[in-house]
Amino acid sequence: MKLKHPSNLETPLSGWGRYPVVKSYLQRPEKVSSFRKILEECGKSPVIARGLGRSLGDAALNAKGYTVLTQRLNRILAFDKKTGILRCEAGVTMKEILATFVPRGWFPAVTPGTKFVTVGGAVAFDVHGKNHHRDGSFSHHLRSLELILASGETVQCSRQENEDIFWATVGGMGLTGIITEAEFALHSIQTAYIKSHHIKAKNLDEAFALFDEYEPQYQYSVAWIDCLASGKSLGRSILMFGNHAAREDIPLQQQPEPLHLKPKPNLKVPFDLPAGLLNRYTMSIFNTLYYGKMRSKEVKSVIDYDSFFYPLDFIQNWNRLYGKQGFVQYQWVLPTEVSREALYRMLQLCSQTGWGSFLAVLKRLGSQEGWLSFPMAGYTLALDMPIRKGLWEFLRKLDKLVIEYGGRVYLAKDARLSAEAFRSMYPNFPQWLSVKERVDPHNRFSSALSQRLGVER
Amino acid sequence: MKGKAVLLIGATSSIGRALAHEMAQQGAALHLGARDGFEVERVAQDIGIRYQVPISWSTFEALDYETHPELLQKAVDNLGTLDGIVVSLGELGYQKTAQMDFNHAQRIIHSNYTGVLSILTHTANYLEQQGHGFIVGISSVAGDRGRQSNYTYGSAKGALSLFLQGLRNRLFKSGVHVMTVKPGFVDTKMTFGKPGMFLVASPKQVAAAIMKAMHSKKDIVYIPWFWFWIMLIIRIVPEWLFKRLKL
Ligand SMILES: Cc1cc2nc3c(=O)[nH]c(=O)nc-3n(C[C@H](O)[C@H](O)[C@H](O)COP(=O)(O)OP(=O)(O)OC[C@H]3O[C@@H](n4cnc5c(N)ncnc54)[C@H](O)[C@@H]3O)c2cc1C
Ligand SMILES: NC(=O)c1ccc[n+]([C@@H]2O[C@H](COP(=O)([O-])OP(=O)(O)OC[C@H]3O[C@@H](n4cnc5c(N)ncnc54)[C@H](OP(=O)(O)O)[C@@H]3O)[C@@H](O)[C@H]2O)c1
Repeated sequence: MKLKHPSNLETPLSGWGRYPVVKSYLQRPEKVSSFRKILEECGKSPVIARGLGRSLGDAALNAKGYTVLTQRLNRILAFDKKTGILRCEAGVTMKEILATFVPRGWFPAVTPGTKFVTVGGAVAFDVHGKNHHRDGSFSHHLRSLELILASGETVQCSRQENEDIFWATVGGMGLTGIITEAEFALHSIQTAYIKSHHIKAKNLDEAFALFDEYEPQYQYSVAWIDCLASGKSLGRSILMFGNHAAREDIPLQQQPEPLHLKPKPNLKVPFDLPAGLLNRYTMSIFNTLYYGKMRSKEVKSVIDYDSFFYPLDFIQNWNRLYGKQGFVQYQWVLPTEVSREALYRMLQLCSQTGWGSFLAVLKRLGSQEGWLSFPMAGYTLALDMPIRKGLWEFLRKLDKLVIEYGGRVYLAKDARLSAEAFRSMYPNFPQWLSVKERVDPHNRFSSALSQRLGVER
Repeated sequence: MKGKAVLLIGATSSIGRALAHEMAQQGAALHLGARDGFEVERVAQDIGIRYQVPISWSTFEALDYETHPELLQKAVDNLGTLDGIVVSLGELGYQKTAQMDFNHAQRIIHSNYTGVLSILTHTANYLEQQGHGFIVGISSVAGDRGRQSNYTYGSAKGALSLFLQGLRNRLFKSGVHVMTVKPGFVDTKMTFGKPGMFLVASPKQVAAAIMKAMHSKKDIVYIPWFWFWIMLIIRIVPEWLFKRLKL
């Protein structure tokens, strides 16, 4: 039996990237109706909600006051079998939604690359999946929210009701209030499997061409890029496309129970790896092997949804691979017109300076409505970067390029962007701020991230 | 558990809710009782949607003794039958307050003991007459020996353990199984953030262990199991020494 010691005494906390580590007082309501009492107990100190802490940096941390854990607020409140509309508390996890509804033929309309996120976290960063260019982000399928404001008042909001609070809360990083309930749509599936299609691209040009060619046929698409390849191979990658499989697509022995998967073993990283282990040489060996492992140009296969959407979830706490110092993920998006040129420059910079990454993920995004939502029509690339000397200087160079090309950095992955750079990247910030100042004039809701970005003046 | 009809009292407690999930997952039909009507409805909705089992609920205030027969009847009506009852409620209270304020002490005693005794008395008679069934009462390791830090709560739990023991003895011949559960520290609002906690188990772990013990028809079970050994040691310390300890 694994045992933990909980404590609302001052507790060190971090995001998934394990940087920064910040001490905070913890609260953990067991039911939504105790929120009011808890907010009273917090007095005047600032408060921030925390789901599963899968944001990489400092979004769910609060050095100046309380962090409120939502993990026990996970009741599913209503499900409509005809429309797939689900209403639940904000602490329900993607994992629970999958376990409950996949066997009944329903799948989240949008899911990030890990199932260890809460609904609250998915709303607060308006997360996107491999289908964003087609299906939009989480908010696109969101019908309504229930929120506790700084005044202690509970409000409902949607596109029709309190719509400014709705648009400020999706992508609002927990800063407008505490989300208690959300109502959103699932979409129907016939099987728990994905018909996947992997294609190798020699370089960035070919990758872009393949995206254009295949995207119309597939609901999901993503590419893994080898950031350390240079010269003619710059941007060599493996593109992965997929569609939900129909019953007749899957192997015969699975067909009687097409919606059920056998449980798989989990792996664990038992200790922190030495920080220097993931250096440019080991990573480039990894990337060469990964790329070389796929022998033919294309592979088509039928795989279960876990392997397609959540390959990293098989290894618990894989964040320990980056050592004690932790890591950040640098994820940015660039408008379509400039994506190719800008990506060339940025990847060149990476391969010249050796600031590579194990996982470099390239995705196409569509446009987005939420005021602080990350997506915009264009391409997004995400690089994992272990924290080492010189990283901040290097990322500031990338920031400059991102701003120059009219793109932005994803705050769910960030731990270091400056307040000025943030303002240049998020042009709707003033609009968002006007709602924040109205519903939370004294900055009751505040995180290490909002403090860093100078949201409170 | 499949197809069993269970009345679960204290369904809004962390352990009670975890148990309800565990039982529903194994196919039991449930009637939930708790004093917080708003919350117990949500708990029932959640379980009904997740596990697609028959589920209903009523409000239950441990201290309103005269409402208890009605609650039992409602459970039987809703479930169509009754195979067993689980009681998971209690109030730790504040020992210091209980020393100064008898009303507080009384609340602790009645919530943990008298209220539970009342509902179990009615249910025991029902099950005895029926000739089969089970009763699971959640007591505590705190009832094994009086300690200055929580002896009011401890005395109520100790009384509950004795009551369950007597009931087990009485009901044995009628085929009704009575199980006493003695959890150690569990990660709930009773313990969250309190200093001096160690070896804290999650409600889910505790619920799974209780289910296992029910299947093997244990009489008295410490959860997690190592609390049996911890309490054995605590119980054998001679009183002349024990009274000098700061526990
Ligand atoms: C391996 C991995 C893959 C990922 N893949 C993707 C991806 O493909 N696409 C994508 O968009 N993101 C992705 N992410 C990021 C992740 O989806 C987001 O950071 C998400 O917000 C994490 O959810 P959480 O429940 O862990 O939230 P936390 O990290 O705990 O919190 C994130 C934010 O949500 C707020 N919040 C949480 N609950 C509430 C609530 N109840 N009320 C108000 N505010 C709340 C917090 O205050 C904080 O600002 C990935 C992360 C990891 C680790
Ligand atoms: N947590 C531990 O470490 C621990 C250790 C040993 C034993 N236990 C025992 O395990 C059981 C469950 O504990 P828990 O920690 O899960 O509990 P909990 O979450 O603290 O909840 C206690 C529950 O008891 C209910 N309750 C209290 N007084 C009541 C009354 N007069 N009438 C009706 N309901 C009343 C509460 O109802 P509301 O929801 O309306 O408040 C609540 O649901 C209790 O018997 C407890 O003594 C717990």
